[in-house]
Amino acid sequence: MSQNIAAFLYLVSGVLFIMALRGLSHPSTSRTGNIYGMVGMAIAIVTTLLLATPNFGGLVLIVLALAIGGGAGAYIARTIPMTAMPQLVAGFHSLVGLAAVMVAAAALYSPVSFGIGAPGSIHGQALIEMALGAAIGAITFTGSIIAFLKLDGRMSGKPILLPYRHAINIALLVLTVIFIVNLATSESHVAFWLVVIFALALGVLIIVPIGGADMPVVVSMLNSYSGWAAAGIGFTLGNLALIITGALVGSSGAILSYIMCKGMNRSFISVILGGFGGETASAATDDGVQRTVKQGSADDAAFLMQNASKVIIVPGYGMAVAQAQHALRELADTLKEHGVEVKYAIHPVAGRMPGHMNVLLAEANVPYDEVFELEDINAEFAQADVAYVIGANDVTNPAARDDKSSPIYGMPILDVDKAKTCLFVKRSLGSGYAGIDNTLFYKDGTMMLLGDAKKMTEDIVKAMKA
Amino acid sequence: MAGETMNNALEALDKAVAAVKLAAEQAPDAVGAAAHGVSGGAIDPFVFRLAIFVLSIFVGYYVVWSVTPALHTPLMAVTNAISSVIVVGALLAVGVSLSGFATGFGFVALVLVSVNIFGGFLVTSRMLAMYKKKDR
Repeated sequence: MSQNIAAFLYLVSGVLFIMALRGLSHPSTSRTGNIYGMVGMAIAIVTTLLLATPNFGGLVLIVLALAIGGGAGAYIARTIPMTAMPQLVAGFHSLVGLAAVMVAAAALYSPVSFGIGAPGSIHGQALIEMALGAAIGAITFTGSIIAFLKLDGRMSGKPILLPYRHAINIALLVLTVIFIVNLATSESHVAFWLVVIFALALGVLIIVPIGGADMPVVVSMLNSYSGWAAAGIGFTLGNLALIITGALVGSSGAILSYIMCKGMNRSFISVILGGFGGETASAATDDGVQRTVKQGSADDAAFLMQNASKVIIVPGYGMAVAQAQHALRELADTLKEHGVEVKYAIHPVAGRMPGHMNVLLAEANVPYDEVFELEDINAEFAQADVAYVIGANDVTNPAARDDKSSPIYGMPILDVDKAKTCLFVKRSLGSGYAGIDNTLFYKDGTMMLLGDAKKMTEDIVKAMKA
Repeated sequence: MAGETMNNALEALDKAVAAVKLAAEQAPDAVGAAAHGVSGGAIDPFVFRLAIFVLSIFVGYYVVWSVTPALHTPLMAVTNAISSVIVVGALLAVGVSLSGFATGFGFVALVLVSVNIFGGFLVTSRMLAMYKKKDR
């Protein structure tokens, strides 16, 4: 196959990827979009095979690798529970990161097969692109592994704050840059591996101090990094599909990070510097006033909801942990039988990754046109009789709106306190993930339903049917 | 016996090297070269790649802002799947590599990205299949 035809086909595959993302603008077009993505990938793979014409041994290795990886991937995709989606995505990012490092290493050891010169005389520019791809890939790899461990609960979500961590990070960054320059001038393999090692360390140190509540930003950020790493490799190989895709993925992740930061009213820099969450802030609790909390039972809740004309459900990460989405759908169905209007309100940072709650509700067969974003539904709480908060906490805290001394002041919240009654399902009266006391608990219109989110919801359904 | 096999292998390797070198010399980068020709050889192919890169960032910016927030999780899964197009580098490394190290690195990369390609697209389609409209 001629190089020109190949380059054209790579362009086609890049365009198909753009259309895959475009399809996601609406659920009805999204499935077609995903198929465009698959076709684009198939075109890229077939084109490369036709262009490279590997010998028999090479072909065997390729088929073997595709079978091993593809089998594992398909198995994971079929069996993973939807609640585990954040850690799955983080895990997948780490694979792309490591693959970028490996491809860069292969290009360094066998530059002829990539058309970037002979060993010992690789173009300096290709070396820089390769080193950048490898460095960003390495950061993505270790960073995503830490994110995976934190999201999967194998590592505490609390930020780990090393002394002098900013100084260490800057030192590592400077060392990485020095050895990239060294690699570009000397083509030394040692310099390449040093770049990789420093970048691997940097990836760990960047993510370790970031607390669990900031994970949506971290996952999006690593998504972005995996794109930039791919683009770096794309420049080395002069491959259009890789350059286009890298740019798409890079900007996509960056936009998601921005949306998540805005949802928490935090600057990107302050998230990266880390240390938020885990410790209990005392500012909101120490005003000396004796606070009382009104507690209720499932029967009370059932009575209130049955007699309401409008109920808004506010799900959060706790719903995912308790796997309560199916019970919640049953609750909504029962309410609808009683003639109650039911809507769902989703905060941008609810859950541990962008759109986490929407996927879980979709899994429980909740129609997507009953699910609303913060800005579309916030005004409706004033007309709602009941706001049913299940597993969300910080995103409903009125302190973010009213208390200037609160660490989360300025964060957009769902105005559940404006509903006539706010039913708040919670395990105990502790603070949320950000470690901040929720003033909502002590308001007159709030009734606390203490217990497991799933069990409480099921009990309410039972009480309504009785 | 072993020596003969070794010699044969070396000969084959030499031929492969020559073939790859020829291919590499003839057209290291078609688009770049074409552009190079149009501009009378005055502009480096890198500039054209950079132009494509920058424009793609803008395309990505506008396309991603149009994605509905409800589909942000599938968006992350699918961007993850398409970033596995790095598979083209892994295929080259395994298929036409002239160094054992490079083949090894390429093989590992290929296994990793195929997990991602199959896993990413399948999990995305599994998610998207769940989004339903209200039945009326």
